[in-house]
Amino acid sequence: MTLLGWAQIALVLALTMAAAVPLGRYIAAVAGGRVTWLRPIEAVLYRAGGVDPRRGQDWKGYALAMLAVNAVGFLLLFGILRLQGVLPLNPAGVSSMSSWLAFNTAVSFVTNTNWQAYSGEVAASYLSQMAGLAVQNFLSASTGIALALAVSRAFARGGVQELGNFWADFTRVTLYVLLPLSAVLGLAFVALGIPQTFAGYVTTTTLEGAEQTIPLGPAAFQIAIKHLGTNGGGFFGVNALHPFEGPNAIVTALQIWGQAVIPFALCLTFGRIAGDIRQGRALLAVMVGFVVVATAAIYASEAAGNPLLTALGVDPAMGNMEGKDLRFGLPLVALFTATTTGASCGAVNAMFDSFLPLGGMVPMFLIQLGEVLPGGVGSGLYGMLVFALLAVFVAGLMVGRTPEYLGKKVQAREIKLAMLAVLILPTAILGFTAVSVVLPMAASSIQDGGPHGLSEMLYAYTSAAGNNGSAFGGLTSDTPWMNVTLGIAMLLGRFAYVIPVMAIAGALAAKAKAPESAGSFPTHGPLFAGLLAGVILILGGLQFLPSLSLGPIAEHFTMLAGKTF
Amino acid sequence: MSILRPAATMVVGFTLILGVAAPAVFTQIAGAVMPHQAGGSLIERDGRVVGSALIGQNFTEARYFHPRPSATSAADPQDSSKTVDAPYNAAAGAASQRGPSSQVLLDAVKERVAGAGPAPVPADAVTASGSGLDPDISPENAARQVARVAQARGLQESQVRAIVAENTTAPVLGLLGVPRVNVLRVNLALDAAR
Repeated sequence: MTLLGWAQIALVLALTMAAAVPLGRYIAAVAGGRVTWLRPIEAVLYRAGGVDPRRGQDWKGYALAMLAVNAVGFLLLFGILRLQGVLPLNPAGVSSMSSWLAFNTAVSFVTNTNWQAYSGEVAASYLSQMAGLAVQNFLSASTGIALALAVSRAFARGGVQELGNFWADFTRVTLYVLLPLSAVLGLAFVALGIPQTFAGYVTTTTLEGAEQTIPLGPAAFQIAIKHLGTNGGGFFGVNALHPFEGPNAIVTALQIWGQAVIPFALCLTFGRIAGDIRQGRALLAVMVGFVVVATAAIYASEAAGNPLLTALGVDPAMGNMEGKDLRFGLPLVALFTATTTGASCGAVNAMFDSFLPLGGMVPMFLIQLGEVLPGGVGSGLYGMLVFALLAVFVAGLMVGRTPEYLGKKVQAREIKLAMLAVLILPTAILGFTAVSVVLPMAASSIQDGGPHGLSEMLYAYTSAAGNNGSAFGGLTSDTPWMNVTLGIAMLLGRFAYVIPVMAIAGALAAKAKAPESAGSFPTHGPLFAGLLAGVILILGGLQFLPSLSLGPIAEHFTMLAGKTF
Repeated sequence: MSILRPAATMVVGFTLILGVAAPAVFTQIAGAVMPHQAGGSLIERDGRVVGSALIGQNFTEARYFHPRPSATSAADPQDSSKTVDAPYNAAAGAASQRGPSSQVLLDAVKERVAGAGPAPVPADAVTASGSGLDPDISPENAARQVARVAQARGLQESQVRAIVAENTTAPVLGLLGVPRVNVLRVNLALDAAR
């Protein structure tokens, strides 16, 4: 680790935080219906859909509308992927996806996971990328943000049933937040080298006379929303490592900015909607704290280099370079990795499968902590609020008072629902991993021997259930078993999680909002931030340390002992 | 059902807005304002496209600087169900995806170190990149290749070193990224210098 490296990390984080402040205010204005510059388009959508954007929905109505739009989105995307071979805008002539792969991919993009069992330049047509996958990049992000807005409103007032109108939130977030940000970031990406063209792949003759086919496509626009929407699905198979998807360190800095800025901003939006900006800042502080610690851990691990290679005569000065491209540098790789896994993005600019054992464990553990650090757009905020409820509950147990959060009494029903939500992740991750490492048809997907093989499988279900989408890429994921079970894990992680969360929001909205008194436990100070961080760490640690010690931790020690597999 | 109508409307409407109209307009603007970048940063020599400035290509001849190892593969021409090693196959970027204590990785690195001159060897020279298409090498890696290239071309080492320096990119603002040498550009410059 170097001082210059830390300066890079500090600069990018500072720029992200600086932008999150006005963006948080802007999203609150969008949520309040105070941003209207695309009103004609809004009006057409509402009229054609037959919805009244001013009519409030209770939690069930809101959740049902959300499920309906996602179900339709899934069907359309599945259809496009199954038929891409005969649909237009397919200059590379890729064939239609199999049912298994199309199911997995459609679920993956609808749930904001963007796990990819296919490689973009080989298996997706320009039409699929642009009108299928990229559209779901937008819509799954709008879904998450809309849900977060609804949950935030539960804390705003007392004694109400309505959490807002899903159609209005969904439409406004898409049109006023995601679309303009993507257009601007996308143009910057083109200027910095990311292609954007409908022309087909180019075949050239290299200086040594070999033939080389260079894939192209309408990439920049899609890559912009891929980061802003914390989707993470690469236009190209190797994601942000591809020289066209991550051409230089400035692009990397912008991508880190893009994948963290909305999750950060939404904390402040929450503070504004709930009527106390300090509450949002406390959540944000916990998120940023975890990102910094995780970045340091990854940076330290990778900068030390692989001792087994050092013993062969490789200079460790450059760090562990297997699976990494040169141009980003380790500090930005570390920050990118911490934000992409902390934020449920899942884009990668280095191959985690080739990280050193502890370096690879950090992204895995960040996902297992619940995808709330800072978590995906929207999903990170409502996930964090679940942990906040658990934290005040724990605090309440310690002092023997009924816990309150933002003036709302937290009672048995809310805690039961919160536990139901929190238990989805370990159930899906550990359950599927346990079956898949013993079932021969599943275990044959594992590439590496020894503890690393377990890490590959554990990472896959962690990534799917956490709706992250990054991978230990050695695993063969395009098999019927992996496609279906990973798809189910993604659905559980997204929808089975959010239904109890919406039920909590409904219950809290109906409660009276008690004014802050001298006896209230302040939930905006360092004491609460520490408690919240502790609850997240202890819950995640208890659930996942046993499996991590069999995978990456075991590999760390066998590696130090010089053992190979 | 009352809920399906708005759902279908939103999905279809946004597919037209976000999936057709917006990218079409965006592509037009990008192509008009920045045609070089939007088209893949292609490099021409004598009116012929020889590659992209951003995409690495394979070099094995002594007179050229060599890129990093690449783990890309291609379909076996004999048997399409199998794959064969095909370094810098830009049509399918790929990494080795080998874990840090993988014997396969260690064997590969050992073989590369054996052919890479005196130890310690710069890590980028003997490890496979993540994209399989890394266009750059480190200045340390380039410096170790100067003597070979100069000899093969009958040039002074100082001349070759100067060409390398001209094609070395410094970190942005002296801060972001690392110094790196673009292999295709340096090799094009060498050919032009002859």
